Amino acid sequence: MKNLTKRFGEVIANDKVCLTVRRGEILSLLGENGSGKTTLMNMLSGIYFPDEGEIFINGQPVVIRSPKDAFDLGIGMIHQHFKLVDVFSAAENIVLGLDGKAVIDRRALSEAITGISRKYGFEIEPERKVYDMSVSEKQTVEIIKVLYRGADILILDEPTAVLTPQESEKLFAVLRNMRDDGKAIVIITHKLNEVMEISDRVAVLRKGSCIGTVDTACTTPRELTEMMVGRSVTLDIDRPSVPRGEERLKVVDLTCLSEEGVTLLDKVSFSAYGGEILGIAGVAGSGQKELCEAIAGLCPVQGGAILYAGEVGGVPLHENLVGKSPMEIIRKGVALAFVPEDRLGMGLVAGMDIVDNMMLKSYRTGKGPFADRAPARVLAADVVERLSVVTPGLSAPVRRLSGGNVQKVLVGREIASSPSVLITAYPVRGLDINSSYTIYHLLNEQKEKGAAVLFVGEDLDVLLELCDRILVLCAGRVSGIVDARWATKEQIGLMMTHSGKGGGKK
Amino acid sequence: MDSVINLLVAAVLAGTPLLLGTLGEILTEKSGNLNLGVEGIMFMGGVAGLAGAYYYERLVQSPSGAVAVLIAIACAFACGAFGSLIFSLLTVTLRANQNVTGLALTIFGTGFANFFGEVMASRSESGYAAVGDVIKSAFLGIRIPVLSDIPVLGKLLFSYNILVYLAVVIALAMAWFLKHSRKGLCLRAVGENPQTADAAGINVTRCKYAATCIGGGICGIGGMYVVMVTCGGIWVHNCVDGKGWIAVALVIFAMWSPARALIGSLVFGALSIMRLYVSLGIPTQLYDTLPYVATVVVLIFVSFKHRRENQPPAALGTPYFREER
Repeated sequence: MKNLTKRFGEVIANDKVCLTVRRGEILSLLGENGSGKTTLMNMLSGIYFPDEGEIFINGQPVVIRSPKDAFDLGIGMIHQHFKLVDVFSAAENIVLGLDGKAVIDRRALSEAITGISRKYGFEIEPERKVYDMSVSEKQTVEIIKVLYRGADILILDEPTAVLTPQESEKLFAVLRNMRDDGKAIVIITHKLNEVMEISDRVAVLRKGSCIGTVDTACTTPRELTEMMVGRSVTLDIDRPSVPRGEERLKVVDLTCLSEEGVTLLDKVSFSAYGGEILGIAGVAGSGQKELCEAIAGLCPVQGGAILYAGEVGGVPLHENLVGKSPMEIIRKGVALAFVPEDRLGMGLVAGMDIVDNMMLKSYRTGKGPFADRAPARVLAADVVERLSVVTPGLSAPVRRLSGGNVQKVLVGREIASSPSVLITAYPVRGLDINSSYTIYHLLNEQKEKGAAVLFVGEDLDVLLELCDRILVLCAGRVSGIVDARWATKEQIGLMMTHSGKGGGKK
Repeated sequence: MDSVINLLVAAVLAGTPLLLGTLGEILTEKSGNLNLGVEGIMFMGGVAGLAGAYYYERLVQSPSGAVAVLIAIACAFACGAFGSLIFSLLTVTLRANQNVTGLALTIFGTGFANFFGEVMASRSESGYAAVGDVIKSAFLGIRIPVLSDIPVLGKLLFSYNILVYLAVVIALAMAWFLKHSRKGLCLRAVGENPQTADAAGINVTRCKYAATCIGGGICGIGGMYVVMVTCGGIWVHNCVDGKGWIAVALVIFAMWSPARALIGSLVFGALSIMRLYVSLGIPTQLYDTLPYVATVVVLIFVSFKHRRENQPPAALGTPYFREER
């Protein structure tokens, strides 16, 4: 690939990226979230069309306009979200969409699939239905689907994100077999230990540009981290110094499992104090979502305790939130507010107006069967005015507001209940600079009021400037809590990618 | 004994239009299109089939029964497919709401058929839009030498009109098509997960159009059956009379399987004519509710078993936008 550039509007997702993949090698594509890894590979697999630059395969310039073109050139991509039909068997999914005789010869198909699996060391039952399969089996189906179509270049987008360590080991063994068979393999990841384990070479992307390509054998995780995160940027975010208040929230040995039994949170322990912003850092899917939802009572917890300390009308209140539904948590008088990651899915109802959305928190307070709209309208008008929400009116459905204004409405509603614990998940994601600063300001205001604020973020620069302390999650474990005033980006970057090994420095 | 056989034969005859409607709707729903316009499409097919046979009879000196049957089938299929084409155009290309479009199609089809039925009747000398005896008898039961003369079995299996056998053949062919053919696999993928189908290089739009239009054509033949067989080749105002709706219920009863639709339509056919053969001493309105009671009972049992294969196609009723990934 030579000088590939892709723009989305004004944002440059990939800027003149050059990359070479050789036969019989595994290349890791390393980079933070949003550094353009997936975009780059999507251009190779025909989902996006590059704005500039050329792609060469075996020395020949090629044009890839659709996934089908990519297939014809022997490029196969295994996406993070599997594209499989649940009620079909593995074999049916593999053969779907291929040309051939009107009738499918199931026996020959099964034999071909078994042949591929035996060659590379997969385990698969061709007649098994996809809905009966575990995540790793589904991934196997996806890989075989690509191989069955004759792919020589395989691209795997964060293949281990959904796997248990044992399953990852198995996958790596298969990948090595394919490499030895002469296939070119690109694996997109942000887990350093995996990069070191599996790949022959590493290409590092940062903010859409290729920083460099190195041989795995002559590099160290530390060097890669530095390439990945780059130097610190100053953002000038305020960090008012407030004396640390009482302990508001104490989480002890919190453990969560996914439906498939994968550990999402592994004995997470920390405390959050009033008057501070506790940042939560980690690569995507390290357990941030589960942590927030577990505290808010939305995610089933397998073990541990979430201890809340606050007061109701001057009377101290101590509660363990584990096992309580959001309703029970509210009834107990726990002043907890949650700004979820998925604003229009979990936070607000897109089709309802601002007033009605405010009422989601207060509809129970009216007399008898009637809801009392008056306070909600006052609150809505207040939020719109104070946070300068740009809206055609209070009765406009929130769906029609821009992302930043939607977020202001949501944050405004949550802080209106003057919470003593405020959880925010990616509150500035997708927001422009000005809106972001408004949100930072609001969070600081809450901190000054003595609330404990949890801030789940992805941009390390922001975390370092806004937060007082930063808790780093890695694969569901706390790899350490650092003081944001003294911590460096490299230090956090290393903690994010090293599961429990060498991290945890204060 | 005789009354049991009579009941069964009558059930087959009454169940065939339901079977055709159900098969058409199964094919349509397998592509993810929920076409609630079956009733209207059956009306359209009915009037078109009658018109085809009727005008063929008036144009030729000595009409042949076999040709009239073929013309009626072709006209009914074409008109039913046309109705479904309207549906596909609105829901697939223009992305209108499928439920609303289907209901509108029912109203349109009913009016369309009654209008043209009345026009045909008012222009004829007798005041009825009816075909002559030659064509009428072509839609009566066939007689196969030897086979039809077997006691009991002959009457049970080899005494029906040609459309009954056509419906059974369509059911078996469709069952085979969906399970074993490459195209059938593609079609099911489109109904289950159009994103995946699209990524696998299947033309989702073309698949939906084809399945919906062919399905509508089969429904149209069902409507033609009502006019030519049940009503005896004469246009009767509002003749389809809810059979399209029973077909929609039957799709659920059959759990989207053409083979089970065979059994389902027999049961529904029997239930719908039972009051003429079995006297339970209950009001006739209660007899009329029996098919629907049966659907509810089946739904309860299906939800108990909860097998994934028995569920409706996952993407049923939702339009597909490629850009909305």
